[in-house]
Amino acid sequence: MATIEEVKKLAALARIKIADEELEAFTREFDAILAYVGQLEKFDLPAGNAEMPPLRNVMREDGEPQTPRSFTEKIAAQFPAREGDALSVKQIISHD
Amino acid sequence: MTKRPNELTIEEVARALRAREFSVRELWDACAEAAQEKNPELNAYLELFEADDAAIAAAQKRIDENDSSLLCGIPLAIKDNILIEGKIASAASQMLSNYRATYDATVIQKLKAAGALFLGRTNMDEFALGGSTENSAFGPTRNPHDTSRVSGGTSGGSAAAVAAHLCIAALGTDTGGSVRNPASFCGVVGLKPTYGGVSRSGIIAAASSFDQVGPLAKTSEDARILYDAIHGHDPMDATSIPDGLYAPRAVGEKLRIGVLKTLVSKEGVDEDVRALFSATLEKLTTLGHTLVDIEIPEVDPALAAYYIINFAEVSTNLARFDGIRYGRAVRGDTLLDDYVRSRSEGFGPETRRRILLGTYVLSSGYIDAYYRKADTARGVLRQAFEKAFDTCDVIATPTMPTPAFKMGEKSDPLAMYLEDIFTVTANLTGMPAISVSMGSVEREGSKLPVGMHFTAPHQAENVLCALGAAVEKA
Repeated sequence: MATIEEVKKLAALARIKIADEELEAFTREFDAILAYVGQLEKFDLPAGNAEMPPLRNVMREDGEPQTPRSFTEKIAAQFPAREGDALSVKQIISHD
Repeated sequence: MTKRPNELTIEEVARALRAREFSVRELWDACAEAAQEKNPELNAYLELFEADDAAIAAAQKRIDENDSSLLCGIPLAIKDNILIEGKIASAASQMLSNYRATYDATVIQKLKAAGALFLGRTNMDEFALGGSTENSAFGPTRNPHDTSRVSGGTSGGSAAAVAAHLCIAALGTDTGGSVRNPASFCGVVGLKPTYGGVSRSGIIAAASSFDQVGPLAKTSEDARILYDAIHGHDPMDATSIPDGLYAPRAVGEKLRIGVLKTLVSKEGVDEDVRALFSATLEKLTTLGHTLVDIEIPEVDPALAAYYIINFAEVSTNLARFDGIRYGRAVRGDTLLDDYVRSRSEGFGPETRRRILLGTYVLSSGYIDAYYRKADTARGVLRQAFEKAFDTCDVIATPTMPTPAFKMGEKSDPLAMYLEDIFTVTANLTGMPAISVSMGSVEREGSKLPVGMHFTAPHQAENVLCALGAAVEKA
């Protein structure tokens, strides 16, 4: 059973705010869904494979580089705030 | 009465264009006019594009020179989570309502090379999370067969546009049934290709181990034409696969159709849908196909496993939307406020719900009970399907347990999830599946289409399209 406090904590972790007036209904639906997917416990499944699957490199080989700056303006045009070609963000490290 | 150009199939249009019965411009205008006329009622398109004169002229020139590309000059509708350079791609979310694609998705590059034209971007459930297109931030898409009902989802806009002849064919994406579900509700054909069969470079991700791009079309043959044009290995998508990765299985002209009797007789499956399913199978036997009763008890935990993995992957994929680099950017006092306000205002209710559920099932105390167990169930299911294909060539169920429901009828999120019982297995196993209309049932004076669903082994899309064509003729 998820409590309202737990839902608030999950929301904080996910950087989302659930409005106070929505919390009760949200938690109720959340619980119903968890109860449904939690049925998985009833099923007799083989013990999960604790080993990770073998790693393989999924990256493509370097090559055919883009022409420098061919996407710069298109991408920078999406920035909420920019200084030249740079993305402008809040200062997070104080100089004090 | 002769059909208008927008009412034709890809095959018919390709022939008519070459017979000079109408020009590419006339075809475009017929589709665009139909879309402008009907869209205010249906809300199938979020945006109708201006005619691209250069592309229309280029397509006409290719046809005049007897180019063999069947898609040349064909106006298509494209789901709003597929990037077309320079156009908005919002995934029907406030989060991306101002986002303009910086490049073409690989499927769009391929369609442009084939000479296809793009009429507009179609409505969907926000970030492809839902099953009715009611979760769109820009209002639901209505079903052309009964506008008080949903179009299905998440590719509801694409399916409704095809069904109402507001385009010749369309692209959607399918994570748990999002191409096949609206195909069933709107009475068109929807194909979910083998996982990795079609590149996802330039597709806005929902749940990455399930997502596939698929065609929505008026016939199975049209679906095959579109699939042929968009599939193939792509170095830009690490999960994409080459043709022939899976060893082909020998399939005769006459197919062995496996029927999941126990699953189809479950509570919650509409009686009329079940009757139509049996009648359609019966017709297929008169064409020489044989029916094989099969049992796959591993299907029972499939829906729970599917949703756990979906929540986990959705919450991970949507973590990238933070209001910093692009998309909705709301500013508060601190950096944390910027994140929280952008995400809380940008994401709709179902998206927020799935992000939180994903955060829960992936949290350290619960990951073994939920995510790892779901992953195990998925592996077991895939093996069971592979084994089932020793005794049959395809597996049949209805696509959806019910015909299209009323707007707002499934306001409980869990009730909406339960509609996906027949479609999620193909996403869990990575196998291809098709929905093709098997007729209609009557509800309150409306004739509502209902889909037949076939799954085949990996990379056997040709078998599905051929069988789909047989259902259309049966």
